[in-house]
Amino acid sequence: MRLDILNRGYGPATKLLFALIRLVSRHPVPDAARIVFYRPDFYGDRAKEFTHEAMRGPSGWSVGDRELMAAYVSKVNESAFCVAAHTATARRAYQDGPMVTAVLTDLESAPVREPLRATLRMLGKLTTEGELSAEDMRRVLSAGVSPQQVKDALAVCVAFNITDRLADAFGFEVLSPEGFEAGAKYLLKRGYR
Amino acid sequence: MPDEDKKRAAHRALVDRILGGEGRASAEQRARAFANEGLSTPLDTLVGKVATRPARVTAADLAAAKASGLSEDQLFELVICAAVGQSTRLYEAGLAALAEATAGGEAG
Repeated sequence: MRLDILNRGYGPATKLLFALIRLVSRHPVPDAARIVFYRPDFYGDRAKEFTHEAMRGPSGWSVGDRELMAAYVSKVNESAFCVAAHTATARRAYQDGPMVTAVLTDLESAPVREPLRATLRMLGKLTTEGELSAEDMRRVLSAGVSPQQVKDALAVCVAFNITDRLADAFGFEVLSPEGFEAGAKYLLKRGYR
Repeated sequence: MPDEDKKRAAHRALVDRILGGEGRASAEQRARAFANEGLSTPLDTLVGKVATRPARVTAADLAAAKASGLSEDQLFELVICAAVGQSTRLYEAGLAALAEATAGGEAG
């Protein structure tokens, strides 16, 4: 990463944990996981809590839907690390790689339910333009999305607009496909806490 | 507590901590990075990119901010504030549009 403290500034217990993870998973600890261990009282503790709640807390959206939203928002932000990480996680959650690829290639023609398509479109516009009209939101609601589902989707969008920015600014190292697969497995088993 | 409140409360706790808690950068500087305004060069360039064009941030942007006298711990905090600040504005914009779209019906 682009700051030395994020590469080397961890205490002995955290270093030992990283070494153990490397040993067990046979992959380096992803930078997205490392960063929440750096001065966790400033950022990591609360960021993990919020992201976990958005991605794994009670919701009208499945885990796969939310991982796809994370991948989609990351694609809009052009955040290479997060696109790869959450594409792998969404594919695994849905057990449907082609559908995930289709959504990320061309949302409008992808074989996806209309409520999810309308929601992804709305999250993309919000992320790109920074604002939405009531009309934009009415279109989502009329596609069959409940106000609660809109709120849940916004929380996912917000969590990944944070993570995408940190990934790009601090320069998270893009992993091998096997590394991202291992990360996806972990995120589906353990979540973000 | 309704679930959406739990999500927003968790987000609020993050915002409150990075802006109001102890830090290596001053609370004033963290608030400016969060708002993406009122910062001097070259920090304004870095924070502006984090907020609006994150994929364009380069190692040189961080190096320039460091060369201006900021420590890595201060930069760690200020980049986080910039990222959380922009994302918070997106959250508020989305929720406001929802509230408007559902006004008179189910509260947004």
